[in-house]
Amino acid sequence: MSFSINFPLFLIVASLISAVVCSALKTKAARFLCLFLTAASVVLNAVLFLYVYRTGQRFTYMMGHFPHPWGNELKISVLETVFSAAFSSVLFLSVLGGKKQLEEMMRPLKRHYFYTLCCLIQAALLALVYTNDLFTGYVFIEICTIASIGILEIKNTGSSILAAMRYLVFSLIGSALFLFGVIFLYQITGHLLMPNVKDSIAALQESGEYHLPLMAAISLITIGLAIKSGLWPFHLWMADTYGSAVPSASAILSGVISKGYIFLLIKIIYDVFGTKIFYASGFHRVLLILGAAGIVVGSVKALREDDIFRMTAFSSAAQYGYIFMGIGLSPVLGMQAALFHILVHAFTKPLLFISEGYLSDNMGGAKKFHSLQGAGLFNRMAGNAFLLAALSMIGIPLTMGFISKYLFGVAAFDLKTFGTVCVLAVLAVSTVLNTLYFARTILRIFRDNDEPERFKTVRIREQRSFAFAAILFMAMNIACGTLAKPLIDILARGMMTF
Amino acid sequence: MMLQLIWNHRIEITAIILFAVGFTTLLLHKNMFKKIIGLNIMDTGSYLFLTSIGYIEGRLSPIVVNGNTEMATYVNPLPAGLVLTGIVVSVSVTAVTLALTIRLYKIYHTLNLDEIYRIVHKEQEEEL
Repeated sequence: MSFSINFPLFLIVASLISAVVCSALKTKAARFLCLFLTAASVVLNAVLFLYVYRTGQRFTYMMGHFPHPWGNELKISVLETVFSAAFSSVLFLSVLGGKKQLEEMMRPLKRHYFYTLCCLIQAALLALVYTNDLFTGYVFIEICTIASIGILEIKNTGSSILAAMRYLVFSLIGSALFLFGVIFLYQITGHLLMPNVKDSIAALQESGEYHLPLMAAISLITIGLAIKSGLWPFHLWMADTYGSAVPSASAILSGVISKGYIFLLIKIIYDVFGTKIFYASGFHRVLLILGAAGIVVGSVKALREDDIFRMTAFSSAAQYGYIFMGIGLSPVLGMQAALFHILVHAFTKPLLFISEGYLSDNMGGAKKFHSLQGAGLFNRMAGNAFLLAALSMIGIPLTMGFISKYLFGVAAFDLKTFGTVCVLAVLAVSTVLNTLYFARTILRIFRDNDEPERFKTVRIREQRSFAFAAILFMAMNIACGTLAKPLIDILARGMMTF
Repeated sequence: MMLQLIWNHRIEITAIILFAVGFTTLLLHKNMFKKIIGLNIMDTGSYLFLTSIGYIEGRLSPIVVNGNTEMATYVNPLPAGLVLTGIVVSVSVTAVTLALTIRLYKIYHTLNLDEIYRIVHKEQEEEL
C-alpha cells in the first residue's frame, strides 16, 4: 500500500480546518489559502490517480480503526480520483477567474467569508466523491447545501437572498427525500456501508423479500438527488439563482456542486443498488424521459430569455438533462457518456459564467442582450472565452462538447428502434436550439457598438487572473476535445473497477 | 388482518404521515416561518422513523452493566447516533433558513414569499 492513499482523508480534514482558519484571516491571505488548498487537491488527486490507475485496483480506507461493517470508510478508485481532481481544478479556476467581481460586489469586511465557504465546499465535495458510507454522504450533502447558500447570498442584495431562499427550499426537500431513502435502506439491510448494503440488497432481491421498501428507497434517493441537482421539472430555482449571484458563485454551483450530487447518485447506482437491480427497476426510464424533456424545455426557455445570465442558467438545466438522460440510457455506454458530459459541463459552464461576468462589467453591469452590444470587442479575452465555451456547448468538433454528443449518439443505439430515434431527435433538436441561442449572443457581443466612446477597452494585463483562468479552461477544453480517446479509456476502465 | 398490520406498523405510519405533512408545508406554504416549521416537522418524521427501527422491546440501552456483554441484551446504538447527527444537521439548516428569513424581512417587511417575489419583479422591471 502506498502512502498516497492517505491523501483523500488528509485533504478533507485540511479543507475543514482551512475553512475555520480562513474566517479569521484577511481577504488576501484567505484567498491565497483557498487557492493553495484547491491547487494542492488537484496535485494530490493526480498523484493518487496515477497510483490507482497503475495498480488497476480499488482501495478502501478505514477510518478510526474499526473494520467494516462497523467503521466508516472511504473508497478510492480511478473515477473518484479523476472527478475530485476535476472538481478541485474547476473550483480553483472559478475562484481565480471571478476575483474582480468578488472584490467589487461584496462588502469589504465580509469578503474573506467567500473563501471560507469555498474551503467548506471543497471538503464536502471530496467527501461526497470519496465516501463509502451512505449517512456520511447525507451529512456532507447538507454541509454542501449550507455552504452553497452562503456563496449565493453573499452579495447581500434582496434578489440574491430571495434566490438563495428559493434554492434552499428545493435543496432541503431533496436532502430530506434522500435521508428517508437511506433510512429505508438501513431498515431493510441493517447496514450503511455501501458494499454491505449492496450484498444485502442482492440477497433480498434473490429471496424476493422487501421488494416494496427497496423500490421506495431507490425512488426516494434518485428523486432526492435529482431535485438537488436541478433535473427538469425541478429546475425552477435555477434562473433566479444563477441570474442574481456573483459570477464565481454561479460558476461553482453549476460547475461542481450539482455535479457532486450527480456523481454521488452514479456511485450509489453502482455501489449500493448495483446496476442490475437499478436497471431492472424501470426507474432509469423515468430519468431518461425527464432528462430528454429537460433538454428540450431548458433549451426553449433559454432561447426566450433576454438576460444573458438567465439564458446560461436555462442552458444549465438542459445540460443536466443530458447527464440524466445518459444515466437513463444504459449502464455502460450511457453511463460513460453521462460521466464524460459531467466533465464537459464542469469545464465549460463556469467559463461561460465568469466571462459573462466580465462582459457585463464592461458594459456597466448590463445583463440584457441589447445593452451588451460590442462587449466582446471591448474585452477581447472575455469575448473569446465566451465564444469557445459556447462552441463547446453547441458541440462543434475539436471541443469537448462534440465528443459527449457523439458518445450520447452511440449510446442511443442501446435502446430499441423507437427509443433510439427519439433520443437522436432530441439530440438534433437541442443542438439546433443551442446553436440558435448561442449564435444570437455571439453575434450581439461581437457587433460594433453605436457609442464606442462610452465604454473602455480592457486589455489582458488589467485582468491577469481572469486571463490565466480562462486560458487554462480553454486549453483543457481543447485538449480533452482533441485527445478524447485516453480520457474515454480512463473512464471506461474506471467504470470497471468502480 | 389489515388492522393488525397497521397496528404493528403504527409508529412507521405516523412517521410517514408527519413527513408528508412537513413536506407539503415546506413546499406549498407562502409564509416563511410556516415553511421552517414544516421543515422541522419533516425532519422529525424521519427521526421518529429511525428511532422506531432502533427500539426493540425488552432490550436495554447499550451501556454495559454488571459485566453482561451478551449482545442480545442490548439494542443497536447506531440508529440513536444517526438521529443525534440528524438533529444537529437540522438545527444548523434551520438556523441558516431563519437567518435568511430575517434578512428578507428587514428588506421587504413581509414574511409572505409571493409578496416578496412581486416586489422584486416590480423592482427589476423598473430598473429597465
